[in-house]
Amino acid sequence: MTGGKMGHYNEMFEGESVRDPYARLSQWVGTMPDDFRQMKQAEAEALFRRIGITFAVYGEGGDPDRLIPFDMMPRVFEQAEWRKLERGIKQRARALNAFLRDVYGRGEIIRAGRIPARLVYQNEAYEKAVVGIVPPRGVYSHIIGIDLVRTGKDEFYVLEDNCRTPSGVSYMLENREIMMRMFPQLFRNNRIEPVDQYPALLRRTLESVAPPKCTDRPTCVILTPGHFNSAYYEHSFLANLMGVELVEGQDLFVDGEFVYMRTTTGPRRVDVIYRRIDDPFLDPLCFRSDSMLGVPGLMDVYRSGGVSICSAPGAGVADDKAIYTFVPEMIRFYLGEEPILNNVQTWTLWKDDDYKYVMENLPDLVVKEVHGSGGYGMLVGPKSTKEEIELFRRKIEANPSNYIAQPTLSLSTCPTFVEEGIAPRHVDLRPYCLCGDRIELVPGGLTRVALREGSLVVNSSQGGGVKDTWVLSE
Amino acid sequence: MKLRISHETTYRYDRPIRNLIQSLRLTPSIYEGQKVLQWQIDLPGGLRGPGFRDGAGDWIEGWTLRGPAAEITVRIEGRVDTRDTAGVLRGHREVIHPLAYMRATSVTRADPGLRDLAASVQAGPDLLDLSHGLSRAVNDAIAFRPGVTESHTTAAEALALGEGVCQDHTHALIAVARERGIPARYVSGYLHSTIDGEPHDAAHAWAELHVQGLGWVGFDAANRCCPDERYVRLGSGLNASDAAPIRGVATGSGGEELDVRVQVEEMSQ
Repeated sequence: MTGGKMGHYNEMFEGESVRDPYARLSQWVGTMPDDFRQMKQAEAEALFRRIGITFAVYGEGGDPDRLIPFDMMPRVFEQAEWRKLERGIKQRARALNAFLRDVYGRGEIIRAGRIPARLVYQNEAYEKAVVGIVPPRGVYSHIIGIDLVRTGKDEFYVLEDNCRTPSGVSYMLENREIMMRMFPQLFRNNRIEPVDQYPALLRRTLESVAPPKCTDRPTCVILTPGHFNSAYYEHSFLANLMGVELVEGQDLFVDGEFVYMRTTTGPRRVDVIYRRIDDPFLDPLCFRSDSMLGVPGLMDVYRSGGVSICSAPGAGVADDKAIYTFVPEMIRFYLGEEPILNNVQTWTLWKDDDYKYVMENLPDLVVKEVHGSGGYGMLVGPKSTKEEIELFRRKIEANPSNYIAQPTLSLSTCPTFVEEGIAPRHVDLRPYCLCGDRIELVPGGLTRVALREGSLVVNSSQGGGVKDTWVLSE
Repeated sequence: MKLRISHETTYRYDRPIRNLIQSLRLTPSIYEGQKVLQWQIDLPGGLRGPGFRDGAGDWIEGWTLRGPAAEITVRIEGRVDTRDTAGVLRGHREVIHPLAYMRATSVTRADPGLRDLAASVQAGPDLLDLSHGLSRAVNDAIAFRPGVTESHTTAAEALALGEGVCQDHTHALIAVARERGIPARYVSGYLHSTIDGEPHDAAHAWAELHVQGLGWVGFDAANRCCPDERYVRLGSGLNASDAAPIRGVATGSGGEELDVRVQVEEMSQ
């Protein structure tokens, strides 16, 4: 095991010496025989198969039965590192919700000239049906997944915010579960902050945003598009752990001023819906009239305060890649604070100067679609051939406003088990921030790792895997 | 003008339905051009659900009905006092930003034909002139003829056909206005009589364009005019379906037959 290539921050090694948080882990790995490791890797895969956690992360599609590779080598954060990340994430979550409250209300940030009106009001995700409606506690996005990368000891960048229905949290929980089952001694020898309180926190968060018309303990449900959805496993997994019902649209109906769930003992009123279906499919009476996945009349009940929907319809306007560039501005405008976490410098191709710069520097840049996700439809300049770059150039020329560009970041690496032993591989991190009456997050999140040597793309559809993420106690 | 409105929508089903849910945008807007003297919505056998005013200023009311029912009727009776504001929607409380009405929908998307039509209108810097010009251009390009188009016909198709009804004129005007950078939306309502005084007993639709300095201004491209005291405004949306006075889903039904009767009469003093 060595420190690997220069230029990339190695989270485990500083030169030839092991960094503090990895000290114990390093001993553990050092004494591990190869055949033991291979045996354990096979055991981990068997466990994942048995649990059935084989869906694609982050709604990337693809083969729903494909197993996402699990890497047994954990990623480790020190308490102090995590505290800073946590503050930065909570700050961002507060600003994003303040922004949503504002753009569905008076639009002060636009009146103040800080964000162009066009980017907000003409955004595909801006939903005029919820303008003027303030959800309980003014929270629009209740579960925010913030994708982070690290480039140095104290340098973290936010790649994107996910304010709609970020997935992958079941991996965070399962990765931990499996590590604890396979290596109990590791957890005795290291003081690792737990993550298994996440389902209880999520339920508490949902209950805390029950609508004003709810007087008893709120009834929460998870609304799924169904078993053919790539994240269905996660929906049922979370419903189980939270102790709430998993329902499809047809299990719910509107009667009078409320939404009810069909049960064997008769209809039961539903107060909070954690929906894992997209806005256009929520209610055929308000959005797409051909949708069979939603609940007819749901939006009228929502808009009159009879039920809460998490995340709120229209929350997506806060997380597209064009709005992303303004999040630091939101933090200053709404909170009067300086951003704790950095944004990646972003060139927006609908601006002439930016366009010119990007087209002249394509081989050095990462170019993404404004509404793209899952690592598709993007160009990683330094990793692309001349032909690929020219092909992409023509796509940009055809529709410049569909793209943004960013510098290629020098992502940190973590030691990862590979064929030849252990080698550094690039990683990112998605913590899940919960917003209700309080803003909370469990220590850690989901670490994705690019398993191909040198690859910067951590998406599971592009050869990415996952790791357990540790935050060490003080 | 004091208008008495009676509007009955009857659905007859092949097989009795199990459940019905509707979202109604069937209450006149509140603005300087109209005052509601009396208004009643009834859906016999149904349960009144949530009612609220949305961000566009429309009153929305939900109704549910438990079957079995072979026939249901939505019945409106009301009286409205209207006056001519030259089409300007003055004093209307709404909070949605006009730019939210710049997005295309499948029925209001501009094709090359609509783009040409939009470009053909010459106008000075005055947006009101341009709006009138666009409305007249749509009226010239699409002749009024019932029965040739249907509810899913797009603005582009109606223009290619050169014929249509008020829904088609409105979709086409929305498309060309947006093409010229003017936010535009679909308005549904009632009309007392046509411009030449002939009685007109159907529900009606027109467009509103957002003109800098004036706000939303109505344009009835089908009748080559702006709405006046003969018009009763109900609500708005991006297109006919988004602004529909009735959106509903019935479960357990086979086919349905629809019967709509609208009467808008001037009240004798």
